[in-house]
Amino acid sequence: MRRLAPAVTLAAGLGGCAGVQSALDPAGPGAARIGELAAFFTVVTLAASAVVIALVLYAVARARRRAHPETLPLRDDAFILLGGFAGPAVILISFQVLSALTSAEVSRPPAEPALTVEVTGHQFWWEVRYPAFGITTANEIHIPAGVPVEVRVTASDVIHSFWVPRLHGKIDMTPGKTAVWWVQADAPGRFRGQCAEFCGLQHSLMAFWVFAEPPDAFEAWVAARRRGRPAGDDPRVERGRTVFFEAGCAHCHAVRGVNEPRFTGAVGPDLTHLASRRTLAAATVDNNRATLTAFILEPHALKPGVRMPPTRLDSARLDALVAFLESLR
Amino acid sequence: VTPVPPDPHVHETLTRLWSRPPGLWGWLSAVNHRAIGIRYVVTAFVFMLLAGVLALVMRLQLARPDLGVVGPAAFNQVFTLHGTTMMFLFAVPMLEGIGIYLVPLMIGTRDMAFPRLNAFGYWVYLFAGLALWGSFFAGSAPDAGWFNYPPFAGPAYSPGPNIDFYVTMITFIEVAALVAAVELIVTVFKQRAPGMSLGRMPIFVWAQLVMSFMIVFAMPPLMLVSVELMLDRVIGAHFFNPAAGGNPILWQHLFWIFGHPDVYIILIPALGIVSMIVPTAARVPLAGYVLVAMSIVAIGFLSFGLWVHHMYATGLALMGLNFFAAVGMVVTLPSAVQIFAWLATIWRGTLRITTAFLYVLGFLVLLVLGGITGVMLSSPAFDWQAHDSYFVVAHFHYILVGGAVLPIFAALYFWFPKMTGRLLSERLGRWNFWLTFIGVHVTFFPLHFVGLRGMVRRVYTYLPGLGFDTMNLVATIGAFLMGAGVLLLAVNIVWSLRRGEVAGPNPWGASTLEWAAASPPDQYNFAAIPTVRSRDPLWEQEHLGLVDGGPGSSYLTLDPESPRREVVVTTVLDAAPDHIAMLPGPTTWPLWAAIGAATAFLGSMVHLLLVPVGALIFLVSVIGWLWPKDDSPP
Repeated sequence: MRRLAPAVTLAAGLGGCAGVQSALDPAGPGAARIGELAAFFTVVTLAASAVVIALVLYAVARARRRAHPETLPLRDDAFILLGGFAGPAVILISFQVLSALTSAEVSRPPAEPALTVEVTGHQFWWEVRYPAFGITTANEIHIPAGVPVEVRVTASDVIHSFWVPRLHGKIDMTPGKTAVWWVQADAPGRFRGQCAEFCGLQHSLMAFWVFAEPPDAFEAWVAARRRGRPAGDDPRVERGRTVFFEAGCAHCHAVRGVNEPRFTGAVGPDLTHLASRRTLAAATVDNNRATLTAFILEPHALKPGVRMPPTRLDSARLDALVAFLESLR
Repeated sequence: VTPVPPDPHVHETLTRLWSRPPGLWGWLSAVNHRAIGIRYVVTAFVFMLLAGVLALVMRLQLARPDLGVVGPAAFNQVFTLHGTTMMFLFAVPMLEGIGIYLVPLMIGTRDMAFPRLNAFGYWVYLFAGLALWGSFFAGSAPDAGWFNYPPFAGPAYSPGPNIDFYVTMITFIEVAALVAAVELIVTVFKQRAPGMSLGRMPIFVWAQLVMSFMIVFAMPPLMLVSVELMLDRVIGAHFFNPAAGGNPILWQHLFWIFGHPDVYIILIPALGIVSMIVPTAARVPLAGYVLVAMSIVAIGFLSFGLWVHHMYATGLALMGLNFFAAVGMVVTLPSAVQIFAWLATIWRGTLRITTAFLYVLGFLVLLVLGGITGVMLSSPAFDWQAHDSYFVVAHFHYILVGGAVLPIFAALYFWFPKMTGRLLSERLGRWNFWLTFIGVHVTFFPLHFVGLRGMVRRVYTYLPGLGFDTMNLVATIGAFLMGAGVLLLAVNIVWSLRRGEVAGPNPWGASTLEWAAASPPDQYNFAAIPTVRSRDPLWEQEHLGLVDGGPGSSYLTLDPESPRREVVVTTVLDAAPDHIAMLPGPTTWPLWAAIGAATAFLGSMVHLLLVPVGALIFLVSVIGWLWPKDDSPP
């Protein structure tokens, strides 16, 4: 039904055994510790339930063939308390201890985080800021691999939830409140995240990517983001810059050096480096000319309920606007 | 003992005394617990079918990635109405309805303590349900999920009438739940047959008692919080608006202080149903009666210490979370105790496998599997991954389908002959059971893995290539298997009502008092009130005293001059006979009172003037309702 190529060219080829968004395929210490806990829980509880179900079926099979009631080998209450209280209690106490230890361990990063990222949830996209570098971007989080990164989350409108299953569990993003969380990727890679708290019409397609990079690549990325819009002399781009204002884009989207810092509102994602982003519309489609053009004209065809209104443009002005946006590397 | 029909003259007089007037008007004026109970059961069953159709719509939409069966706006209404209907219009009213029907029969009385209030509760429930579904057919059903979190559900982000329907209906329908709960508590405490001390009550009655107390304590926080949201929406209060100093987390605390016990409000009567069917099937008394009764009470208390399970990801302090995690582990124990009590009962017994018992076995398997994922989810660390993913959807459907729907179906097979006089077809029953049981697993088992692979709840679609596709398709196929199973149950009910085998008073050879009444019971339930000396009176007592003047004793005699609707009132602990109470007869005033209340509640969404109008109708109706009749005692 979606007439556009889904954002899965990114997903393809990075496969893994379970998928780009799978808690079953941990890629960081948070998800790994929780995965170990889950594996222990699963093995023990499945064994325990197999025993209980087998006992029930065995009792049923025996009781069917019998003509007269029997007594148990021990008193009823002793049998019930042994099987229904003492046995499970031993298992549950071990669960509680392990759960408390693991929860304490993963609630804090393994080392002092070197970097803080602020992520704000909006209907239906992610604002990403690096306060140490003065960088603002959207729907993509770049982190250095191998080190813990502090993530401070909040929301501007309704409750969202920040979840990158391969890296760590989730944390709610509540308006009026900042919660502190962390992620760490053991090795370079791309990890898909998604909003986990129902937040409205496009909760389903409110996703993002985390790119973990080697330290030098990450520093290069930061350096490139700190540069403003590259200077150019393409007249089409200059026309597009005008269209960006005339068509109303500049009311909601900031492009540093164009309408920012005069305009700093974050109604929509910051577009300063739009062309370098891999996906559009909160990781819904790949970022290319076709998807960009389609999204500008009819955002609701791609994501019904998205906050961005449709834009009416003749083809010359549309070409210019797209050329301008594509120049934002 | 075998029940003996009463003297024809007594039968005739009592029947006339306890019957409602004929015709439509008479139908509207019914206040008898059996009539009200059956109305609850039938209405709840219809709501379950409707909400089931919504589930099939959702599964169709999610069968493949990126489908367009319904759009996102419609999908949000569909899943919200599915959850809201199943929780508020199906599970709780169904179990209360079964209780309203069975409890007076099980404890050997003729009606509930406040028959007119009972009727009022049913009408309120019916009107609330109709209004909620009316909003759906009008295209503006609630669409913020059954737990309706602000600020999304607040005035700024959901300005339409959808959420108004939610807050109004939730508040309104809790009136019905509370009325039934109060009614059940008083009836159980004060109207048990002489000799039926607390320690001799059937486990199902224990379960209904605990459920009712839980309703009394769990529903007020929900009413409070939905009124707060109503104030936010109607007069611009700021309970949940962070920009004005409100706190969205407040909603979550208050909602889940209701919401978590609510799961056990549904589970506990289902456990009670199982504790009645297992000893009957095994033909031995329940093993560990005291442990089972204590377990039910323990669950009732513990379930109020679990609400933060739904809030682990909100960023509350870890120390607090660990306490709630520990309670989550502890609450497993009383359920495990009951499972072993049933196991011990089966172990000793001579088993006859009926469809009702098959459902009990299915329930055991699902409860164990849903229980272990519940234990896993009560760990904060694990929950941080699994919360709000399809893992949770799989978990609570195992608990709610396994822990409530299957026992409810078991109860239908078990007590249908008591309610109608005819047995449900056992042959159709087997098909009905196996289709449902297999369907549940095919639907929900794969969803555990879809959730751990990262699929979040409440999405109307998902992108291909994320590893969700195959298992979602399997789940959809399973949902239709389950749907076919439920459809067969409906077919079985319709067929058996006309053609089913005639049951007789005690087709299963069960031990409790409801099986001493005729099938269906006479208008007056019991011609003489039995005297109870055992937990299993029909198995262990030579005489029940069911016939006036016979062995045993009877506390109600018929005054041929001025017959009245009399019940025996007994003491709370020992059920020693205390006095005779007169119950009021049929009337339509409760219906009018419910119309008045509905006008006020529903009208508040249309025009505030309708609130005093409704209140006035209500007031007049209550005066009419309470107006003394000439033949009432002074």
